[in-house]
Amino acid sequence: MSPQANSNDQNPVINVAPSPHVFSMGMTIPVMMRDVLIALVPAVGMAVYFFHWYAVKQLSICVLACLGAEAVFTRMRNRPLSLGDLSATVTGLILGLSLPATAPWYVGAISAVVAIGIGKIVFGGLGMNIFNPAMVGRAFVMIAFAGKMAASGYIDPASGIDALSQATPLSAFKQFGATVPLSSLFWGTTNGSIGETSALICLLGGLYLCFRRIAAWQIPAGILVTVAVIGAVANLADLHSQWTVFHHLLGGALFFGAFFIATDPVTSPVTSAGKWIFGIGIGALVMLLRLFSGYPEGVMFAVLLMNALTPLINRWAIPRPFGGV
Amino acid sequence: MLTLLKKLSPSGRSGGSFPGPGTFVHGVHPPQRKELAADAAIEIVPPPEKVILPLLQHVGGPCTPLVKARQKVAFGEMIGSGETFVSAALHASVGGVIQKMAVTTLPNGRHLQAIVIRSEGEQLCGQALWDQMFGGLWPEKTYQSLEPGKIADAIHAAGIVGLGGAAFPTHVKIMPSDKKPIHTLIVNGCECEPYLTTDYRVMVEAADAVVAGALLAARAVGAKKTYIGIENNKLEAVDALRRKAAGAGVKLAVVKTKYPQGSEKHLIKAVLNFEVPLGGLPADVGVVMTNAATVTAVARSVMRNIPLTHRVISVTGGGVVQPKNLLVPIGITMGDVIRYCGGLRKTAARIIAGGPMMGFAFTNLQTPVTKGTSGITILTREEIRRIDQRACIRCGRCVDVCPMKLVPTKLAAASRLKDLNLARKYNIMACFECGSCAYVCPAGLQLVQHIRMGKTLLAAEMRK
Ligand code: SF4
Ligand code: SF4
Repeated sequence: MSPQANSNDQNPVINVAPSPHVFSMGMTIPVMMRDVLIALVPAVGMAVYFFHWYAVKQLSICVLACLGAEAVFTRMRNRPLSLGDLSATVTGLILGLSLPATAPWYVGAISAVVAIGIGKIVFGGLGMNIFNPAMVGRAFVMIAFAGKMAASGYIDPASGIDALSQATPLSAFKQFGATVPLSSLFWGTTNGSIGETSALICLLGGLYLCFRRIAAWQIPAGILVTVAVIGAVANLADLHSQWTVFHHLLGGALFFGAFFIATDPVTSPVTSAGKWIFGIGIGALVMLLRLFSGYPEGVMFAVLLMNALTPLINRWAIPRPFGGV
Repeated sequence: MLTLLKKLSPSGRSGGSFPGPGTFVHGVHPPQRKELAADAAIEIVPPPEKVILPLLQHVGGPCTPLVKARQKVAFGEMIGSGETFVSAALHASVGGVIQKMAVTTLPNGRHLQAIVIRSEGEQLCGQALWDQMFGGLWPEKTYQSLEPGKIADAIHAAGIVGLGGAAFPTHVKIMPSDKKPIHTLIVNGCECEPYLTTDYRVMVEAADAVVAGALLAARAVGAKKTYIGIENNKLEAVDALRRKAAGAGVKLAVVKTKYPQGSEKHLIKAVLNFEVPLGGLPADVGVVMTNAATVTAVARSVMRNIPLTHRVISVTGGGVVQPKNLLVPIGITMGDVIRYCGGLRKTAARIIAGGPMMGFAFTNLQTPVTKGTSGITILTREEIRRIDQRACIRCGRCVDVCPMKLVPTKLAAASRLKDLNLARKYNIMACFECGSCAYVCPAGLQLVQHIRMGKTLLAAEMRK
């Protein structure tokens, strides 16, 4: 039946739909991804400042390979092209930032293809994946090309010498017991994966994400607090005492991981309690791996492990409803 | 000056003291758009040619028709009796001749038998009608000695149901029970649905009747305290009520504007700081709540012996030519009402019975206004624009806004998979379909639709 009550000669087209009938248009998935990209700007800038051409190359390869892989895989599965949601770009950037500058081009490319293909598409695309795609890609090359993943291309921006051969602070400490001044860890004038070396820069972008409520603040808070507590206990127990709790906090991929990797909404729990459990779990696993395993760093494995536990955490952390007991 | 400051501050509790925090956790802030109709004084719509009166306009059993075709009825005559306890009587909203029984479909999808009256002869209308319904003096003091049972009887006879939208028979709600003594009556003047200004106009223009009705309802339930809960975006109504309420022992509780503050449980939380237990009723914490427009009908029935034949509705939204607030006879068609407001704009895209968050969309303009129709919201294509649907990215935004503190994404997923045990574990039945979750979802998911389906399935299974 067409509406008869109208003052215009042209009938308006009336449709029906279930409630609600109005929606908040401000926050969409592409907007969220765009925010992540904005938050990554300082980290990318820092990477380019410290690692020059190596960083540009690494990041471009990873982003382009992720976009290419996304396009090819969605085409193969006959799905509409999903590049518009920017999620492949985000995965590519985070992946690139988590690789060492000197890793050869094919390491970046392969990890990107694995990240998108195995990390995301086989699960059914964005939203269906269990594991953080970038970390899946990184874990793959970490195991397949172990030798190539040792960070060795650090450029000292002050000295102007090209590629310095130097181990990352965490592995240097593990191997020869050498410590790095805290200030280098804070400002980022040290070696490591290209996006993770400066805790300050990661914090800047991370706070923006939390402020925009793209990242749940409970996750980085849980991680950092747990690492601080366990680090302090380890300090007191005189375990690796020159590597203080502050080195643990500022060193390695901790800040980058806490704010950019662990907070991937798809692969972390949905409730507030669940997010705390998730963050604390990652913090504990990171410290376990750092203190007792053969690997110098543990952020990647800790995130992947907690990703696997996320469905369980979700089932376990059902919030008390309003008026419930 | 100080009062002015208080008024301007968004959390200003200009209404005196009440024990609650003045708000609840979670919720959303959809654009209010109340300005479209807020300042339009209530207009009295002349009697239409015919009214369509469904036999079931309330929660409960249908009423039994008392009239036959071709019979003449007078304005206000009872034409349907509510025989079962949870039911409500029906009265002729115009004088005239009964037509053949018709079947009508309400916006909520129910097909119902309806009595049709063709209006005939002189009708009470215009200012005279207003004076009878809302005008004049409301000397509730003379009724302070009235027996509570008498008040309930008057309400029952007048066929009054909740006018806020739920349409629960009021005499049932206020029935005193020894097991659950009532200490507080709260009049709900929040009207948290965007766009709607029905209760707002009633409170502004008929504050006396609201206060008188509140006192009568409080007396009926045996409540010692009476509050009027009202959001702080309705300051004109606060002022109008305060003048009358202070002397009468009714307290104003001015609460923060947030959707869905008008939900019964959340207003009790805001005003009294009680949490109604899951699956329970306000009476479980000693409270009865009734809507502001409803108490004016209560006052009218008790003090003037007038049944529920008319109600105030807002006709608003970007898709109607002249947004208005109207006093209409129940049973008038939506088409008649919209025509009175100048018709639809070319850009109109959706017509909703009620507000945009919980209202029902419909297309048939022969649908009658019922007792529970709180307004007609007509939205444009632009206003109903929504986000492209994508997969859930588990961002938790729906969790962060759910006023019942549920996990909407899981409820929707469990419903879609028909995993009723999981849905139950996540307390699906506590969802009251407020729409907050779907409003914020960045993936544009139809969360409420899925949850509604899951609730229906679970209810069917529990009946088995
Ligand atoms: S708001 Fe939407 S996308 Fe986010 S968790 Fe809820 S359902 Fe999923
Ligand atoms: S789950 Fe139900 S109660 Fe919670 S926000 Fe969604 S519609 Fe409202």
